[in-house]
Amino acid sequence: MTPLWIALIVSALGSYLLKLAGISLPESVLNHPRVQKVASLLPVAMLSALVLVELCDGGGRYVLDWRTLAGVGAAVVALLLRRGLLLVFVVAIGTTALLRLLT
Amino acid sequence: MTNETIRSIVEVMRSTSRTNDRFSLSVATPWRAPVLRAALGIGLYAAAFGASFGAVSVGAGLSVTQTMVLSLVLFSGASQFAFVGVATAGGSPWAAVPAALLLGVRNAFYGVGLAQTLQPRGLRRLVTAHFVIDETTAMALGQESPRAKRYAFWATGLILFTLWQVGSLTGALVGTAVDPADFGLDAAAPAVFLALLWPSLRSAESRWVGLCGAGLAVALIPHVPAGVPVIAAAAVALVAGLRPTSTSTPRKETS
Repeated sequence: MTPLWIALIVSALGSYLLKLAGISLPESVLNHPRVQKVASLLPVAMLSALVLVELCDGGGRYVLDWRTLAGVGAAVVALLLRRGLLLVFVVAIGTTALLRLLT
Repeated sequence: MTNETIRSIVEVMRSTSRTNDRFSLSVATPWRAPVLRAALGIGLYAAAFGASFGAVSVGAGLSVTQTMVLSLVLFSGASQFAFVGVATAGGSPWAAVPAALLLGVRNAFYGVGLAQTLQPRGLRRLVTAHFVIDETTAMALGQESPRAKRYAFWATGLILFTLWQVGSLTGALVGTAVDPADFGLDAAAPAVFLALLWPSLRSAESRWVGLCGAGLAVALIPHVPAGVPVIAAAAVALVAGLRPTSTSTPRKETS
């Protein structure tokens, strides 16, 4: 087995074990009100972070593409107009793709 | 798998096969059709990104089998791209392990929240764990009732997993390096996650937590390895959730 294969399998299993660890907290811990409070806020904090990191992280430095920003801006408008996720998605990629085609 | 898991999967399949029956479906469970549509949308985007992953991975020198083991077993987009990028960068492939795992740590945090809604037990926990990723967490977060949350988690997980594999294999075999940016797909992830977060941002406390988490992550980008900024945002949730007066008027968090 090559080192690449071993590194690959270690990463794959490690990633699975990380996922398993989170959902394996004992019920006694999960039922604690403070833990419930934190657990309900965790995805909000982390997904908000993910949105901005996806937008401006160009490999450890800030990279902003105005066409991507415009696409996400259009998505925000669609969200304010209370549109569903699929339309938001289409509006975002459509706007960015069109601007990229034109510029 | 327990009955509950099987029931969730059957529910997903049943509603997929009865698209013409939308009216009766929407009377019983009005949240189902929109959730399924959203899950399909996320699935399509996953297929496109999977294809780009397959092409990048084989292009960088991994075999088709190695590429598919990553998609099937590692099954976490950001970690997969990081693994391929670092493993083929010229140094030791071992450097790719921490790079991939660091991006996977956030799934452990997601699991803590999901464990409450999904309440997986026994063997079911082992299956559920595999599907704990950004998209399933966000889709579950976007629903109101526990039932809708479970349905959203499984519908998104199963559809995304399937299409991610189809995409990866196609990309790995065809290998044409289509740049996802040409199709505006770089705007897809932030737009989709924002859309899924949207309903949770109704409370002032969530808005502050989201804002502080995002601010902290962005500030850290140039200073820490990939993956760490998003994990660091968990600290904001910890501070906000553990502070003594978390019941009445939410104030700004200083993290």
